[in-house]
Amino acid sequence: MNGERGRGGGRGRGKLKAARLSPRDVAHVGSSGLRSRPMRVVLSALGIAIGIATMISVVGISASSQAQLLRELDKLGTNLLVASPGESMFAGEEVKLPEESVGMVGRIKGVQDVGATADLNATVRRTDKVDEDDTGGIAVKATTADLLRVLRGEVGSGSWLNAATGRYPSVVLGHVAAERLGITEPGRQVWLGDRYFTVVGILAPLPLAPEIERSALVGWEGAKRLLDFDGHPTSVYERSADAAVEDVRTVMAATVDPQNPQNVKVTDPSSALRAKAATEGAFSSLLLGLGGIALLVGGVGVANTMIISVLERRYEIGLRRSLGATRGQIRIQFVTESLMLSGLGGLAGVALGAAATGVYAQSGGLPWVVPLWAVGGGFGATLVIGTVAGLYPAVRASRLSPTLALHAA
Amino acid sequence: MSTGTAVGPAPHPRTVVALTGVTKEYPGPVAALRGVDLTVEEGELLGIVGPSGSGKSTLLHIIGTLDRPTAGSVHIAGHEVAALSDRRLSALRAQHVGFVFQAFHLVPGVSARDNVAEGLLYSGLSRSVRRRRAADALARVGLADRLDHKPHQLSGGQKQRVAIARAVVGEPALLLADEPTGALDSASGAAVMELLRDLNREGATIAVITHDTEIAAQLPREVRIRDGQVVADVTHGTAATTGAAL
Ligand SMILES: Nc1ncnc2c1ncn2[C@@H]1O[C@H](COP(=O)(O)OP(=O)(O)OP(=O)(O)O)[C@@H](O)[C@H]1O
Ligand SMILES: [Mg+2]
Repeated sequence: MNGERGRGGGRGRGKLKAARLSPRDVAHVGSSGLRSRPMRVVLSALGIAIGIATMISVVGISASSQAQLLRELDKLGTNLLVASPGESMFAGEEVKLPEESVGMVGRIKGVQDVGATADLNATVRRTDKVDEDDTGGIAVKATTADLLRVLRGEVGSGSWLNAATGRYPSVVLGHVAAERLGITEPGRQVWLGDRYFTVVGILAPLPLAPEIERSALVGWEGAKRLLDFDGHPTSVYERSADAAVEDVRTVMAATVDPQNPQNVKVTDPSSALRAKAATEGAFSSLLLGLGGIALLVGGVGVANTMIISVLERRYEIGLRRSLGATRGQIRIQFVTESLMLSGLGGLAGVALGAAATGVYAQSGGLPWVVPLWAVGGGFGATLVIGTVAGLYPAVRASRLSPTLALHAA
Repeated sequence: MSTGTAVGPAPHPRTVVALTGVTKEYPGPVAALRGVDLTVEEGELLGIVGPSGSGKSTLLHIIGTLDRPTAGSVHIAGHEVAALSDRRLSALRAQHVGFVFQAFHLVPGVSARDNVAEGLLYSGLSRSVRRRRAADALARVGLADRLDHKPHQLSGGQKQRVAIARAVVGEPALLLADEPTGALDSASGAAVMELLRDLNREGATIAVITHDTEIAAQLPREVRIRDGQVVADVTHGTAATTGAAL
């Protein structure tokens, strides 16, 4: 070539090969249109942000509620079984469990604690002046001393029945029962059966045994002496090693009533909580759908912004083509811009949704859970939307004639 | 003087532009160019003059490969344009052609230096090299002290010098300017023309469209166009130029 030029002519007549833009240059070119119009960026990313925020908070709130229930379940344990009389074959016949069943269950391999209650034919009232039929739905039960430990329950105030108090007219109230009787502290007397009993304690809530929450509990021996209790339990509660739960369950009915195992019903109180946790985890698809619609509208907004952006920047496109940009590079520029626009909306939406979940969890005392899959999925969706929304405007931009773009001005 | 004879398909190695029988028709039908033959050698500075609507811009677009002719052949820097794909054509523009527009087309809100560096964006050079060469190019057009000025902080003449710096920063084989002084007052316009002459003395091959017959008369070579045809191709003998007209 002509050495004396030392310019383009020197590089001159060799191969023509379009240079690649580095990722940084692509990002720079793609963001140039956004940087010059920040307000428009905010407004057109808003739709996507709202959509993603809705979806993230719907998923986050249900995940937080579920985590709360599972945490509770974890504390309460899933190794509790209850044996109680099933439906009798003969209608109206009262079915009771054998007296010795408590001791028998205690001897099953793997069982750690056993407790029992028995329904008593008595009512509890605030005073003897209250009508006998007005029980307020409170059951009177005899209880073994171990029941509280089996349920992992706690006394809210006062104390639990012990060997001494169990013999005398003393009673412990479940927290619902206490509330219905209008009793807020131990030491008060209630009319139970045909005499006054002293309330020695009020229990804290027992999520695994709501029936106990609504009961007035009298000691096993005291009930025999004072309330004509025959010693037959109605429910036998047992706690076993986690690994032994299934084994215990298979032998429990036969152990409780070897003669009539079919009359014994064995239940797992934690299963109800587990089922509740499962439904909490299933978020509202209606709300999720609304979020999806917002996202779609947001995507249309981005596409609209991109089309306007291309129209406004015909000169810039023409200029870039004259500087040597290929059609592909123009397309990449506008797809990148669209991706950034929706990506910004997605980021803001994830942050907003996580914050909304946080506020909800905070106010409800729940753990703050935002599932990673939801964040990833939401952000992935914005990237797909950004690409789709940007593709048509980008193709239009790349097809603009460079001369048309430069003609007017 | 010569009304460009057909040069044939294999132009001289020092030939930067070789048009043969170039015709451009727009739907209408409008024949913007009708059988134009034009050859520009390395190191030339030529003016393209003619009345409004005569086809000057169309001619410049075809020389700059922004547009393709309806008929005829175009060789730019030794490449047969018709045979090139969009990617190769873009590479040809990136490497060999620089444009200066009447309306400057600077990116608002971006410094003079970054505006000039944009001229190298599609050349494959790294960002630091682009910025360094941009500073050199601005120094070359006399704006070394305006590197960080934004377009709105520059006068019209300065803006056009920034645009010229952007066009020459890649050291193109060919610099094309469509009425570069059209938006400037006469003093700034004269300064811009002087700059183009300086660049030409340093070796740049330049084609300038102008309305101003006075300006055209001062250029080494003057191509007159009317109704899409070259009606005169004048070489002003006094001007020092290596690639005189054929
Ligand atoms: N895209 C187009 N479609 C149809 N006709 C066009 C198009 N571009 C240019 N023309 C026509 O081609 C002819 C030449 O136009 P061109 O822009 O080259 O003129 P010009 O010499 O640059 O004029 P001016 O000095 O006014 O800029 C005009 O008649 C114009 O109307
Ligand atoms: Mg024109």
